[in-house]
Amino acid sequence: MNSEPSLQAIWDALNDVPDPEIPVVSLVEMGIVRDVNLLSKRVEVTITPTFSGCPALKVMENDIKIKLHEIGIETVIIHTTLSPPWTTDWISDEARAKLKDFGLAPPARHGGNIELTFFDPVACPYCDSTNTTIKNSFGSTLCRAIHYCNHCQQPFEQFKPL
Amino acid sequence: MKETTKQALADKLLAMADDELILGHRNSEWTGHAPILEEDIAFANIAQDEIGHAVIWMQLREALTGETADSLAFFREASAFRNTQFVELPKGDWAFSMLRQYFFDVWETILLKRLQSSAYQPIAEAAAKMRNEELYHLRHTTAWIKRLGLGTGESNGRLQRALNDLWPYVHQLFVQLPNETILVEERIAPDPMTIYHQWQEIVYPFIQEVDLKRPPNKTPPTTQRKEHTHHLTTLLAEMQEVARLDPKAEW
Repeated sequence: MNSEPSLQAIWDALNDVPDPEIPVVSLVEMGIVRDVNLLSKRVEVTITPTFSGCPALKVMENDIKIKLHEIGIETVIIHTTLSPPWTTDWISDEARAKLKDFGLAPPARHGGNIELTFFDPVACPYCDSTNTTIKNSFGSTLCRAIHYCNHCQQPFEQFKPL
Repeated sequence: MKETTKQALADKLLAMADDELILGHRNSEWTGHAPILEEDIAFANIAQDEIGHAVIWMQLREALTGETADSLAFFREASAFRNTQFVELPKGDWAFSMLRQYFFDVWETILLKRLQSSAYQPIAEAAAKMRNEELYHLRHTTAWIKRLGLGTGESNGRLQRALNDLWPYVHQLFVQLPNETILVEERIAPDPMTIYHQWQEIVYPFIQEVDLKRPPNKTPPTTQRKEHTHHLTTLLAEMQEVARLDPKAEW
């Protein structure tokens, strides 16, 4: 190896690691990667789980290791932290737009109190109508809820506020 | 940390983890069998969340004792589990499973809120993480209890039977562990009686609202978390089967 990659190169590489369940956004955009430490001959990456029972966490750890190995880092140590607790408020605006394009209604920002969002209408990601009905507050993954758009008559998923 | 405090903390973490794990596993038995597809998905999600919470409590305990979550879940005999009988009872009918989950959700949302100010920082952090997830459970099971209680004679009758059957057992959640006073004194965990009072304030009026009759309070069949029904043995036989076939397997 000629020279060690820079911290920026590592963040750029991590920004190419897709979320295993929502591949249109990266782990960095989702706010899952919290910290990167570049030490001599090793890199420490701190990640935080979205939902605490998220089965994708192990996949994410592996994907991060593989990506960093690709750019020449041999030793990658992954730490997991629960604090501060991950919140959908951290999902970047750019990522929200990508979620919407993907057909997943982005979560409303709530500033820490998710109960504030429970009665808000969720806009359909296809036609933007708020004439929608919640069908199930649980969906195909821990982070999704199922809604129905009464305007364009399309069922759709929402990324749940957390 | 003093050795006695450390032991009490490890015991408390195990009790909380085992309740989550066993209830999560019980609920997962509905996967593929729930009354409607949406509910199949919802209850599988709830089960997965509870098992996730069990893993978190076990990881906090691992930092104190060195025992891993996998070894605790898959390689203990029933007599070493510290869950309540309340969570190990068979899943019963839909009313039974929904009411049990509702009771548990009310208890857990109160407990997690209180634990957010635990003097033991890792518990405070974990509680903050879990609580928002729990609010989704509570909203869901509250809606189901309303639907069943205020639905038809059949659904109300089933829910009333579930209530009668669960009532003595649910009180096991509020029994203090033998060494828990240490944790209360050191502000690591709240007094279970204060959780009980908060729980009553929510559950009692709600039972009335959904047309159920609250049974008289009875002493639980046991107040010891080391005593189990035979149902736990059969549950573990299934839950641990694969791991025990090849304990050294890499996943």
